[in-house]
Order: sequence, then structure tokens, then C-alpha cells
Amino acid sequence: MTDPILKIDGVSKRFTRKPGLIVSGLDKLTGRNSTQTVHAVNDVTLSVPRGEVLGIVGESGCGKSTLGRVVSGIYAPSEGTVTLEGKPVARDHRGNVDKLTTRVQMIHQDPFASLNPRMKVGEIIAEGPRVHGLIPAREVQERVRSLLEQVGLEGAYANRLPHQFSGGQRQRVAIARALAMQPELLVLDEAVASLDVSIQAQVLNLFMKLRRELNLTALFISHDLSVVRHVCDRVAIMYLGRVVETAPADELYAKPLHPYTEALFGSVPTLGTGRARFHPIKGEIPSPINPPKGCAFHPRCPLAGPRCKVEVPRLVTPSDNRSVACHLQDGGTGAQTGAAA
Amino acid sequence: MPEIIAENIAAVPSAPPVETRAERLRNFWSDFRESWVAVGALIVIGVLLFLSFGAPLVSPQDPYDMAMLDWLDAFLRPGTEGSGGYVHLLGTDNAGRDMLSAIFYGLRTSFVIGLSAGALALLVGIAVGLTAAYFGGRIEALLMRIVDLQLSMPAILLALVLVAMLGQGIVQIILALVVAQYAYFARTTHGAAKVERGKDYIEAARSTPLPTHRVLFKHLLPNVLPPLIVVATVQVASAIALEATLSFLGVGLPLTEPSLGSLISNGFKYIHSDRYWLSIYPGLALMLTVVAINLVGDQVRKVLDPRNSR
Repeated sequence: MTDPILKIDGVSKRFTRKPGLIVSGLDKLTGRNSTQTVHAVNDVTLSVPRGEVLGIVGESGCGKSTLGRVVSGIYAPSEGTVTLEGKPVARDHRGNVDKLTTRVQMIHQDPFASLNPRMKVGEIIAEGPRVHGLIPAREVQERVRSLLEQVGLEGAYANRLPHQFSGGQRQRVAIARALAMQPELLVLDEAVASLDVSIQAQVLNLFMKLRRELNLTALFISHDLSVVRHVCDRVAIMYLGRVVETAPADELYAKPLHPYTEALFGSVPTLGTGRARFHPIKGEIPSPINPPKGCAFHPRCPLAGPRCKVEVPRLVTPSDNRSVACHLQDGGTGAQTGAAA
Repeated sequence: MPEIIAENIAAVPSAPPVETRAERLRNFWSDFRESWVAVGALIVIGVLLFLSFGAPLVSPQDPYDMAMLDWLDAFLRPGTEGSGGYVHLLGTDNAGRDMLSAIFYGLRTSFVIGLSAGALALLVGIAVGLTAAYFGGRIEALLMRIVDLQLSMPAILLALVLVAMLGQGIVQIILALVVAQYAYFARTTHGAAKVERGKDYIEAARSTPLPTHRVLFKHLLPNVLPPLIVVATVQVASAIALEATLSFLGVGLPLTEPSLGSLISNGFKYIHSDRYWLSIYPGLALMLTVVAINLVGDQVRKVLDPRNSR
């Protein structure tokens, strides 16, 4: 395995909602505290070697998109560091443009919102490289053309506005815009979730083709387990801001270790068995403002024991390339022994 | 869903129709044309603009040139011939000034004040609104509270106080109107920019990363502009009306550089002595101008409303 190109090291991201002027004044008088903190991402450590596509999977609200935005440099992490080839990916404290962040590019979920409706597609694609001087001015037209062709559109489409394209075509434009910056890493945030299934397949095939051609490294954020299996080399499962399991895609789908992963697989409707085997996970995802103590999954876990309610499970490595955060893999849930340290 | 079918047939579907800038303008015009009232109002504005800015060419007399005025011509009824050898269609005022000429020149002053106050207030409002919406936090709270505070006061009151402080003159009046009116633009900009700011294309632009000024002016501003165009038309009309009010109240422009407001104010003194033409005609001109601008603004709003788009 090559040296990782992306290292996410102990990253946490908290959002605080400070009360308005009047409420905070009242707080001072009464000694109450109305500041609410959401732990969107909690102590996440991951690394991605060059050429790998890492899937990040979880229910909505588990912090996977926030993690993607931290990696893209849109959010600064509250704790920890994100480094790309050893250099931090973040803006300075004033949010100034940093050359480094051009090397991570993001592709958003909704291609109807992610393209400026008043700019021509050619301008949209060329803007980043032009501002950063990545291509000489004379070659801009040529480059836009070849990028459009690379994503399966006609070069002549450069003069059109986004509203003249369908969802799938717009997502291709968004991919072309990201590729124009010659990124080291792509972050795809639910990049096909809002497309029709047939078009999802086309865009995914495009992504696979580009990946082969350009040896892309990518974070593929998705809630769709079958898409992830198709596209990713390795998968990280997130629950309530934490990574609960990482494994190579084949191994994960063959034998999930974490009860949550297992529950996720159980909740995917499958075809072909004749009878429906659809088991939704019990209960709601807890509020990240006030997460459960101990293992965040214990209120919904069928195998939870007393230890799960008090102790946050460590990430352990049962085999070389897998890791899992569950007491079942780390000395038991304490169901027999009662309390555990 | 024709696009999806096209996508299914081939990865590279045939070209959808192209809408160029010229075509968009043509579509805008064909929507605008649907209301003949608005078209009429637009023509009225065009004629008024021509008459006012072409005042030295079209008016029979230069009403500012005191040497040209003759006391013997004072208070001539509309339609009588004066010492100049031509018919005063709208009569003359107490100084023997031809009312028609005075109205043309007055209208010019009103337009100059209305348009420049509107344009400046637009610029200031955009700056304040965009800054507040884009940077958020304390800056936003501070700026928008000031704007709210101002919107809770009648604009005329604020303008009155400002003119009293700054003194008389065109520049002073324009300044007072800008201060009184930027808040409307700021609030509209802020609201629209806040909505656009949350959209992914702004995040995409920021994460590329593009410099802040580029995100603001190339991405955010063009998408905020349509509602501002509507506010701008209405605010030009209201700037003209505000200026007329100030002049009528005697704190605006002196009669030596008359605007419609000072003409009405001057004529008002004689309205009870049956010399109605001194104030009624400038009043009608003012009304016509303000109503026409508002009608056009209304139609522009209707056309630009996304709920109307086909």
C-alpha cells in the first residue's frame, strides 16, 4: 500500500448556535446557558491512499456531509487536522483563499443548485482554472471543450446556460468543473442521489471511467449501499458523527462486524428472494445535540449490554485492513459480568 | 419529461434549444407587452423624459433667465398670448414665467434627483445588503438592525431632518434621499442574497476556491438583481415624490432652480384666488410621472416573478 494521500486525523466539527443578544443577556442574569452545540463529526481518523475511492456511508444526519466539507476546506475542523500529501487542507483563520484547497474539489448532490444559473457552462468550467492561472488564456476554450467531451457532452455546449441541461447533464458539467482544477482528491457528496436511477448508472459509469483514466482518489459520500459497493474500494460506516467500522468493500459486504452495519444491510430492500426481507432499524437516530452516553448506537442495538451504556467503544483492528468500534470486538458488552471499567 | 428520454437514448443527447441574451430580452418584452396599460405608461415616461431633458429645445422660454421674464406677463390665464408673441398654453405664474416651460424644466430637475438618488441608494443598499448576507454574524446583526430601525420611521421625516441639517441644494437633497431610501434596497438585497447564499453554487464557488469579491459580484449579485430592478423603479418614483414633498414644505429647492415640488408650492399660495393653473398643472405632471413609473414597475415585477415563468 502506498503512502496515504489524504489523512484525516482526529477531526471533530462542532456547530454552536449562540443565542441572540436578548437571550444571552437573560442568560447572564439567570445563569442559564442557551448555547446549543451539535457534534456533527466526532474524532474521525481515516486515511486514503492514492487511487483509492473511499465510501462514507451512514443515515442522514450522521455527519458524513460535514466530514466531506471539512475535507474540502469549506469548514475548518474544530479539532484535528486534514492533510493532503502532508500539507493541511484548510483556510487561514480569516477564511482567505488558500492555494492548497484547489487540490480538493467537491461535487454536490443537487446539480440544479450547484451551477450558477446565470453563467454559461463554459464560464462555469473555466472560471476556477482561469482565476488560479492553471491554464494559459489562449488554451481556455480548447480545455473547456476537451473537458466537456471527457464527461460525455458536446464541446459546443460551452455556450449554453445550465437550465438548458437535464439533471444528468448538469451533474456531468459539475464533474467537468471539478476536474478542470486538476484536483488530487474529489469529494462526491451524494453525487448521484438526486438523479433518476437510469441516469445514476450513467453518471456512475462515467465516474468509473474517469477514475480509471485519471487515477482519481475520491471520497464517495452516500447513503446508498448498493451504489457504494459498486464504486468504492473501501467503506467507512458513520453513525452520529463517529466512524464505527471501516473495511474493504468486499469484506464489509461479506461479513459486517458492527451491529449497526449489519442493521444497515438488513434495511436494504432486496429483490429476487421471493419474499421481502426488509428490516428497518428500530427507533430514530438520536439527536446529535444530546447524544446518548457510551456507545451512541446502544439505544437501537439488539446486542447492547451494560458496558455499552457507559463506555464509548474504541476503534480496534480485528484484522489488518479492518477496524471497528464495538465492545463485541473488544472484550464483550459486559452483559455477563455486569459493570466494566 | 423529454430530457430524461433523451438521456436514455444516448449519453450525448441532441441539443436543447438555445436561449441567447437577445432572446431572453425579447421574451421579457413580449411578456411586458401583455399589459397595454404598462406599455402606455412606458410611452408616457419616454415622452416625459424627452420633454424634460430636451427642455431647452422644446420649451418656448427659459424660465431661469430672469431677464426674459416680464412682470406684465404675470398671472396670464392658460391660452392667452403674452408679450413674447406666443400663446402661454398653461398660463404664467406670478413672475410672468411660462408654466409649460417651467414644468419641463422642473420635470428635468425631478428626474435628475429621482434617478441619481435611486441609483445611489441602489448601490449603497446592495453594498449593505450583500455584506450583511454574505458575512453574517455580528456584521449582519448590526447592519440589518440599523436598516430595520430606519424602515420603522417614515422616509419623509428622515429626509426632512437631513435636509434641515445639510442645507438646500440638489446635491444635499440627493444625499438626504439616498440616506432615507437605501434601506429598502438593503433589505431586498439581504433577503434575496440570504436565499442564494445557502445554495450549493455559492458553496461550490467558495470551495473552488474563488476570491471573495468574485463570489460576491460574479455569483451572488447577478442572482439577486431581478427583485432589485423592481424596487429600483418604485423607489425612483418615490424619490421624485419625496423631493416634491420636501420642496413643497419649503426645505427643498428654491424657485430659482425649480422642481415640480417648488412649482406646486409657489402656486399653492394663489390657489384660492382662482389662479389654479399655477399649482394644478405641475401637480398633474408630478402625478403623471409617479403613476407611470409605478405602473411600469408593477408590470416588471409581474414579468420577473418566477411564479409567472413558463
